Amino acid sequence: MKTIYFNKFYKSFNILSGILIIASLVFLVFKGLNFGVDFKGGTLIELRTDKSSANITKIRDSFNQMNLGDVSVKNFGNETDFVVKFEKQNSNDPKFIEEIKTKLSNSIGTVDFRRVENVGPKVSAELLRSGVIAIALSLAAMLLYIWIRFEWQFSLGAILALFHDVIITLGVFSVFSLEINLSIVAAVLTIVGYSMNDTVVIFDRVRENLRKYADIKIFELTNISINETLSRTIITSVTTLLALLSIFIFGGEILKGFSLAMILGVIFGTYSSIYIANPVLVSLKVSQRTIVKEEKNN
Amino acid sequence: MLYFSKLRVFSVLIFTLIISYFTISNFTKVDDEFFSKNIKLGLDLQGGSYLLLEIDNEPVITQRLQSKVLEFKKFFKDKDIKVRNFVIEDKSIIFDVENSKIEDVKSQLDDDKSEINPYFQQYKSHQFNFENMDTSFKLEFSDYGLVLLKNSSLDQAIEIVRRRVDEVGTNEPNILKRGNDRILVELPGLDDPGRIKSLLGKTANLTFQFISSSSEESFGTEKLSFEDGSSEAIVSKRIVLSGDNLMDAKPTMNNQTNETVVSFSLDRVGAKKFGKATSNGVGKRLAIVLDGKIISAPEVREPIIGGNGQISGNFTFQSATDLALLLRSGALPAPLNIIEERTVGPDLGKDSINAGIMSLIIGFILVVAFMFYKYRFFGLIANLALISNLFLLVGILTLFEATLTLPGIAGIILTVGMAVDANVLIFERIKEELKNENNSIVAFDSGYTKSRTTILDANITTLIAAVILFFMGSGPIKGFSITLGVGILTTLFSVYFIARLITAYYVIKNKHKEKLI
Repeated sequence: MKTIYFNKFYKSFNILSGILIIASLVFLVFKGLNFGVDFKGGTLIELRTDKSSANITKIRDSFNQMNLGDVSVKNFGNETDFVVKFEKQNSNDPKFIEEIKTKLSNSIGTVDFRRVENVGPKVSAELLRSGVIAIALSLAAMLLYIWIRFEWQFSLGAILALFHDVIITLGVFSVFSLEINLSIVAAVLTIVGYSMNDTVVIFDRVRENLRKYADIKIFELTNISINETLSRTIITSVTTLLALLSIFIFGGEILKGFSLAMILGVIFGTYSSIYIANPVLVSLKVSQRTIVKEEKNN
Repeated sequence: MLYFSKLRVFSVLIFTLIISYFTISNFTKVDDEFFSKNIKLGLDLQGGSYLLLEIDNEPVITQRLQSKVLEFKKFFKDKDIKVRNFVIEDKSIIFDVENSKIEDVKSQLDDDKSEINPYFQQYKSHQFNFENMDTSFKLEFSDYGLVLLKNSSLDQAIEIVRRRVDEVGTNEPNILKRGNDRILVELPGLDDPGRIKSLLGKTANLTFQFISSSSEESFGTEKLSFEDGSSEAIVSKRIVLSGDNLMDAKPTMNNQTNETVVSFSLDRVGAKKFGKATSNGVGKRLAIVLDGKIISAPEVREPIIGGNGQISGNFTFQSATDLALLLRSGALPAPLNIIEERTVGPDLGKDSINAGIMSLIIGFILVVAFMFYKYRFFGLIANLALISNLFLLVGILTLFEATLTLPGIAGIILTVGMAVDANVLIFERIKEELKNENNSIVAFDSGYTKSRTTILDANITTLIAAVILFFMGSGPIKGFSITLGVGILTTLFSVYFIARLITAYYVIKNKHKEKLI
């Protein structure tokens, strides 16, 4: 196969990544994330109307009259399906949902509540905290693992790539106001695993090549390693993306956000293994001595 | 890496077949008890309600402190120590002791064998911590004392919750402790939890108290309102009888008034108490009070001696049934708050299953087609490994009767996408080895050997994420972490035992063929 000179573009892509990360952080700080009821508390109702009668405006109007705080109504997959979210949650009152249903039926006709989620403020705060802890813990665990398996220069590269993927994925969610719920946390954790996986495969090869070729500079050597593992990188990301696209398209509305986050994560993860992880090795001037020294110490 | 002993081939085959049979047993009826296990569907797939209840322990603490005060009074009286000015304030008991007995009281409270302030050796803690200022003592629950109290009220509450849920007769409810003040209730198949919620939301403290003749609230009376909010009444604080003495309760029709009522029967002690009270109280009105609200207050026309009675109060048949159920199941030690509720209707669950299976099939076909396009014969080997991987994964989930959720199905599909990675790594490595090595057996062997650490590394990283998710995640997300984690293990098995076995067989047979892969 023809060699592709990835290393020519290290600089330009690093600048691009830098810009994307800064932009993501700006959005995350100033616009924030669109937290769903899992993390914000409140009530979510997925409802199905009989065909003729309802549209978003009508549904929103009738919910607004019920004094439920901030209401948001969105179409959910089918034309007749909607998701309504509002601030008020009152799961202690057993008639709370029933009354909403009656009022709604009076104004827009027959409705079927397909799903109701009611999360109190205490629980949502706990879920948010355990979500953040889970992500932090997984990053820490990856750091530990790679620190045991590789030299520190490699660890730094892999971890920077991880942060890159997670921050930009969350940045995209912020820009488009996509909902962050429990399944997004699961997606982020899987992204962390995948991104690490992808980086480790290239790094294993870099280290093998460092042992083999004493006289090739790291700048060249990373490029050789990327090329040698390239067809694997492509095949695996293609099969993973095929599976994820299938979930995204056919898996129903509930899994949309989850699969989208994963798709973004796989794309950024593959990109960062090449363009974040490897340039770090180059700028830290990794050479054969780096790994030989380490091996002597062990 | 290419050599397999006959025994190993045999055991791989048997293992794969047995586990795969568990997968098949989900779809057919199997008579054998061992194989008749099924994957459990999560609430998001079969529909149902998930309720998280939290006990409000404040009233229990106050109650416990009140009874402790009585205990203290008696205890010190027996010991001839004068204590006075008992106050319950800010979750603590405050009292004064005569000057000469301060040290005495201190030692009573501090003693490891204290009767009044029990010491728990294993936790190195008394039930109460105390402070002493001059003649004044202040006691509050120690951390362990509080845990003990919470645990006992949680145990009681969970028992009552179980009785109430069982009485409603839902399908295989799941009731679990969460921490030391929460109860998780899962009700599969229930799409309208309104009734259960109203049953669990009531403490169901039933008391019988006489209505006072005076029209002003005084020391021994309290003002209570009627259930329907129509009026209020002054009620004596003295409790004639409480729900504890109830043996049975059921909804019946009163033949004279043609009204639905709840009839109850009392245990022996209750019957005696009730008989005595009603004998003395003929002509007075007896209020039937549930959770601080008067249900009704009929006049006592004659003494009720047999231990049977009726509660009337404008009931519908449904509300009488529910009240009878609450009375039979007993009172909760403390009010329960529903702090999280998730309900999925059965048709949404069905839609989710269909969508999940649809995307699994399509995802699977896409991946299989792509692998065949990329590797031809070796693609078939990888695909065979993938199929057995799926069978093993679902089989193991079935064997452990794991719960499959919608994110869990997503985890299976994701496993399909990522599982080929290991075989791809191996095949690509073999291709490289074949460039410099003419003996294809040697090339295949070193292809397997040299890719091994990378494959382990790559899978361990995903496994780490899955394990953390398993411990931190809840409900459906846990389902995802289980399929993802088990998926990694079955992937490694299918790659290293099944695919390698076939590869070895093929390579040894065709070692002289050009361009093997």
